[in-house]
Amino acid sequence: MMGGAGPLLQRLDELVRPSVTLAVDGQVVTALEGDTVLTAVLLHGAALRQSEFGDGPRAGFCLMGACQDCWVWTEQGTRLRACSTPVTAGLRIVTREVPWPRLG
Amino acid sequence: MAAPRVIVVGAGPAGTRAAEVLVAAGLRPVVIDEAADNGGQIYRRQPAGFRRRAEELYGTEAGRARAVHGAFSALRGRIEHWPQSLAWQLRDGTLQVERGGRAHRLDFDRIILATGATDRLLPIPGWTVPGTFSLGAAQIALKAQACAIGRRVIFLGSGPLLYLVAAQYVKAGAQVAAVLDTAPAAARRAALPLMAVRPSLLIKGAALLWRLKRAGVPVHHGVAPLRIEGDSRVSGLVFRDAAGREQRLEGDAVGMGWHLRAESQLADLAGCTFAFDEVSRQWLPRIDADGRSSVDGVYLAGDGVRLAGADAAELGGKLAARAVLQDLGLPPPAGIDAEQLRRSLARMERFRQGLAVAFPWPGDIIAKLSDDTLVCRCEAITAGTLRRSATALEAPEMNRAKAFTRVGMGRCQGRFCGIAGAEILAAARGEPMQAAGRIRSAAPVKPLAVAIEVETP
Ligand SMILES: Cc1cc2nc3c(=O)[nH]c(=O)nc-3n(C[C@H](O)[C@H](O)[C@H](O)COP(=O)(O)OP(=O)(O)OC[C@H]3O[C@@H](n4cnc5c(N)ncnc54)[C@H](O)[C@@H]3O)c2cc1C
Ligand code: FES
Repeated sequence: MMGGAGPLLQRLDELVRPSVTLAVDGQVVTALEGDTVLTAVLLHGAALRQSEFGDGPRAGFCLMGACQDCWVWTEQGTRLRACSTPVTAGLRIVTREVPWPRLG
Repeated sequence: MAAPRVIVVGAGPAGTRAAEVLVAAGLRPVVIDEAADNGGQIYRRQPAGFRRRAEELYGTEAGRARAVHGAFSALRGRIEHWPQSLAWQLRDGTLQVERGGRAHRLDFDRIILATGATDRLLPIPGWTVPGTFSLGAAQIALKAQACAIGRRVIFLGSGPLLYLVAAQYVKAGAQVAAVLDTAPAAARRAALPLMAVRPSLLIKGAALLWRLKRAGVPVHHGVAPLRIEGDSRVSGLVFRDAAGREQRLEGDAVGMGWHLRAESQLADLAGCTFAFDEVSRQWLPRIDADGRSSVDGVYLAGDGVRLAGADAAELGGKLAARAVLQDLGLPPPAGIDAEQLRRSLARMERFRQGLAVAFPWPGDIIAKLSDDTLVCRCEAITAGTLRRSATALEAPEMNRAKAFTRVGMGRCQGRFCGIAGAEILAAARGEPMQAAGRIRSAAPVKPLAVAIEVETP
């Protein structure tokens, strides 16, 4: 559900960094070390989540941890603020809230 | 007697200088910041592994950035640094902090709040469409991630940051479609006498305009934004120019912001008295010349209380720390000339007044927003709903309107809708904005991790 055609963000510099792979809604996404989850997702698509009020997709807004419009979830159900969470190898996130934490 | 415990919240320019003065006086303050590293907003650091030099990141402010970073590094081992720690409640001499999913209660003798600011926003139709970011966000994408928010970026708003970020984008090689300033060109001329107190900043401002001009970026003054277009992503922006003509710009991203909004929730929770500041058109905690709030033991510094910029934040941090020492009966360290700091701050205050004249908050645009404009991003509340609560339900101020409509109750806690919401409410009732009051802060000041373990000290 990453939405839209093509990425929202554009890399301008700092291209020489080790790569990191993560999974977004089951799809493999390659990012670079030091990227935030928001950067990693928006370099591939144009949305982070859907508004709960049916007014469409959202892709963060402030990038400084103030608006909370960039929430995503791990597959285990932990909420992450995408703009202030660095990517880590093997991270698996979903862009829709998991109704109940999966136990075990 | 045990050494008094002093906490500094915020490791930007204000918090850094405050901690430095406290350490010089022999104290070991606790410095708490939500960010992974020190620097605050303006001197925000890039992640480990990034290689751009300070000149590329901070431009003309590279020297200052190095100085503030260096000052903080010199404190290591002499302060208790709590990075990635959110201060979320402040009451009766106790600060509550979340760090790594754990809750901590920190008692203190004195606390300095140097919590900075966020972008001040006004809503326009379409501002939730992906590709729309705050101006600050556009800058953070560049500084901290080496990314542009789009391929062809439209900058909209008013204030120095508007021109600064647009010029930084040009310098970094991004395409800037246009700069749209809601302030009329004449406003800047009217502000010159006030702004002349800091000629170096005027020169820096002129240099930014020159860079935009040389790059062929159109700059429009006196615009009224009408709507951001696009369904699942931004495709353009429609505005009315100063001559009253409607124009459409193609672009896949919008960076928007109208100067800053003080991050003052902790001061509010502590019970500090606020006053409406006519210059910045917002409610700010009241302080004396050195940063003492109305609550004993609580001090304020930087953009969280003065909104006078980074240099003023450094001076305010020093003054607040000096006030803490004085109130504790400790001698201030050598080299702190309070009189001179106060004089410099007064000069920067004049410049701030000049900025407010040059780049006024466009309350009139907000009052005229169409009823279907989403004001609250979190709960999707429209201008029409707010207006109805003002008239039909007779909500006289923001906290009543919040109870009726949920505006400001969402997860940003009114950071992005509070000021514009007050403007809409007041206009619907034919009253000045301050009559609508301000949304009272609630703890936690930001959503906490779902499961938080309680740590007993
Ligand atoms: C996004 C953005 C970009 C800016 N860029 C520029 C620029 O390029 N040039 C310029 O002249 N001015 C800029 N400004 C203005 C700038 O904020 C200041 O002038 C300067 O950074 C103010 O310093 P400060 O120490 O008061 O606050 P800040 O530098 O904002 O530092 C405040 C610190 O407090 C921390 N904090 C806040 N609340 C909490 C809490 N509850 N718990 C834990 N930590 C907390 C924050 O993480 C932050 O690091 C910018 C402002 C913003 C919002
Ligand atoms: S984008 Fe605003 S909190 Fe993440």
